Amino acid sequence: MKQVFKRPEALIDVPFHFCPGCHHGIVHRLVAECIDRYGLREKTIGVASVGCSVFLYDYFYVDVVEAPHGRAAAVATGVKRACPESFVFTYQGDGDLAAIGTAEIIHAANRGELLTVVFVNNAVFGMTGGQMAPTTLAGQETTTTPSGRETVTNGFPIKMAELLSVLPGTTFVARAAVNNPKNLMRAKKLLRKAFEVQTNNQGFGFVEFLSACPTNWKMSPDQANKWVAEEMIPYFPLGIFKGETV
Amino acid sequence: MTETVLVKGNEAIAMGAIEAGCRFYFGYPITPQNEIPEYMSKHLPEVGGTFIQAESEIASINMLLGASATGSRAMTSSSSPGISLKQEGISYLCGSQIPGVIVNMSRSGPGLGGISPSQGDYFQATRGGGHGDYRTIVLAPHSVQENYDLTMKAFDLSDKYRNPVMILGDALLGQIKEPLKIHKYKKKEFSKDWILTGTKGREPRLLKSLYLSEGELTEHNWMLSKKYQRMKRSIMFETHFLEGSKLVVVAFGSVARILKTSVQMVRDRGMKVGLFRPITLFPFPYDALERISLSIRNFMAVELNTGQMVEDVKLAVGHKKNQVDFYGRPPGSIPSPDELFNEIKKIYKKRIG
Ligand SMILES: Cc1ncc(C[n+]2csc(CCOP(=O)(O)OP(=O)(O)O)c2C)c(N)n1
Ligand code: SF4
Repeated sequence: MKQVFKRPEALIDVPFHFCPGCHHGIVHRLVAECIDRYGLREKTIGVASVGCSVFLYDYFYVDVVEAPHGRAAAVATGVKRACPESFVFTYQGDGDLAAIGTAEIIHAANRGELLTVVFVNNAVFGMTGGQMAPTTLAGQETTTTPSGRETVTNGFPIKMAELLSVLPGTTFVARAAVNNPKNLMRAKKLLRKAFEVQTNNQGFGFVEFLSACPTNWKMSPDQANKWVAEEMIPYFPLGIFKGETV
Repeated sequence: MTETVLVKGNEAIAMGAIEAGCRFYFGYPITPQNEIPEYMSKHLPEVGGTFIQAESEIASINMLLGASATGSRAMTSSSSPGISLKQEGISYLCGSQIPGVIVNMSRSGPGLGGISPSQGDYFQATRGGGHGDYRTIVLAPHSVQENYDLTMKAFDLSDKYRNPVMILGDALLGQIKEPLKIHKYKKKEFSKDWILTGTKGREPRLLKSLYLSEGELTEHNWMLSKKYQRMKRSIMFETHFLEGSKLVVVAFGSVARILKTSVQMVRDRGMKVGLFRPITLFPFPYDALERISLSIRNFMAVELNTGQMVEDVKLAVGHKKNQVDFYGRPPGSIPSPDELFNEIKKIYKKRIG
């Protein structure tokens, strides 16, 4: 019988610690599939960030270095420059990449570092208990915006993919979602591109994943998937912002 | 064969680093250490190395963390305000046991302070500086030659202990020009069974500082603590005229350099004064000072601040009938050999007569 579905080799056979319905697990799997697809497992160095995905090293069968909160892009710059034959990816949440680590990601992107950045935008700080993130939608209730994010006082949800796409240093920048099978299939293709631009020495690759955090959104997994479709995607459009033709 | 060149203190650090095999430099400009990045930007590419002018000191120290994680020799340099920003990264380097050399050609503070020499960063350097219970080895050169030699040494110590090493100089040591004897670095082998290169032919490796399971972090901290104890084997210091002395002047770095002249001046006038210069500020040579205090009772700490290293001197000798006096010069001006001569004379008169 032909096996059509199996655990990627790059993924260790242990259960994820993520909450039910969390998209981190799906995105982990997509990353592992890409590592397998391009035969990168033995040359990959992953850079873990601080957030719900900090235990990256418990799940990926690759070398991993843990970066301080927000500094993954700088750490990855050092890794890749010192070990150019390796495949280097960072995996960062929206607090990590779009708040405390904004300077690091913008400048790594602008230098055109040969990196693949996996950015998980779940519109909240997951790990610390659901506080406002820079990506929290206008009006969205969080533990630090109890009556909803007011743009007058808290500013606007930041669009990282669009922002990075205007930098001459970036090669491939896209936004994906994994809330339904169609989006997931599209997300796979986008992530592959972000891998290929590094393996082909073309430049900086970035994929933003709109991701559910049912726990902090106080929703069921189903409701959370719907919320991604109805609230997040209209504000954070899916697609390729840079590198359609690479 | 040795060659002698006339260079600035900052250049000597950069030259020592490249000679010791440093191939990665990450930094953000700040006076008075800019000759280091400038030298590195010119000369690292010539030896196949990489220079990155980072967006901040925070990014620099984290780039160093990444490069060192792959087993390469990497350095970053800055001056006081920039070193404050690096503290987060230094804490992670210690927690994850990743080597790296950090140069602080310190200036004056607090805040933006000024660009004049100061030793106001002694506490920050020797007590960890960032969060958590950790230490960095701190080397304090007092000449252009030592800037060069100790930079090479810093890379060896860093690899040996898998711990960051800080070179603590100041504006004076960075800017003075002196003859420097260039000599070859003797390559040493260090265990590299922890570096990240991809998992080919082996199990995955992990460099991290997060330990959440029961008892793990306690054990990790004790393990680090034992390592800091082992570092005592690498203690370095210099002494002058201790034999028969009645007063020992204790000082490090640039001010120790000036004091060499002042101590000679008091001795020329018949006062029995010696000099003790710690070269490793962490680990501090407590035991050596304590041994000296069995036969000499009077100590005088001299610093370019309002009193920091003096606390370590007291920890070492501040018992029984020993006297520890202090002369401090906060930033703004550098004391002349004559001024320090007078200060030593005052203490000598008071304590010995
Ligand atoms: C310097 C620093 N500040 C704050 C924190 C606390 N902290 C841990 S994770 C996090 C944000 C996590 O949110 P995000 O990056 O969006 O990832 P998620 O957990 O949602 O996946 C914060 C603020 C920290 N670890 N370090
Ligand atoms: S808190 Fe949110 S982001 Fe974190 S694991 Fe749970 S669902 Fe996922």
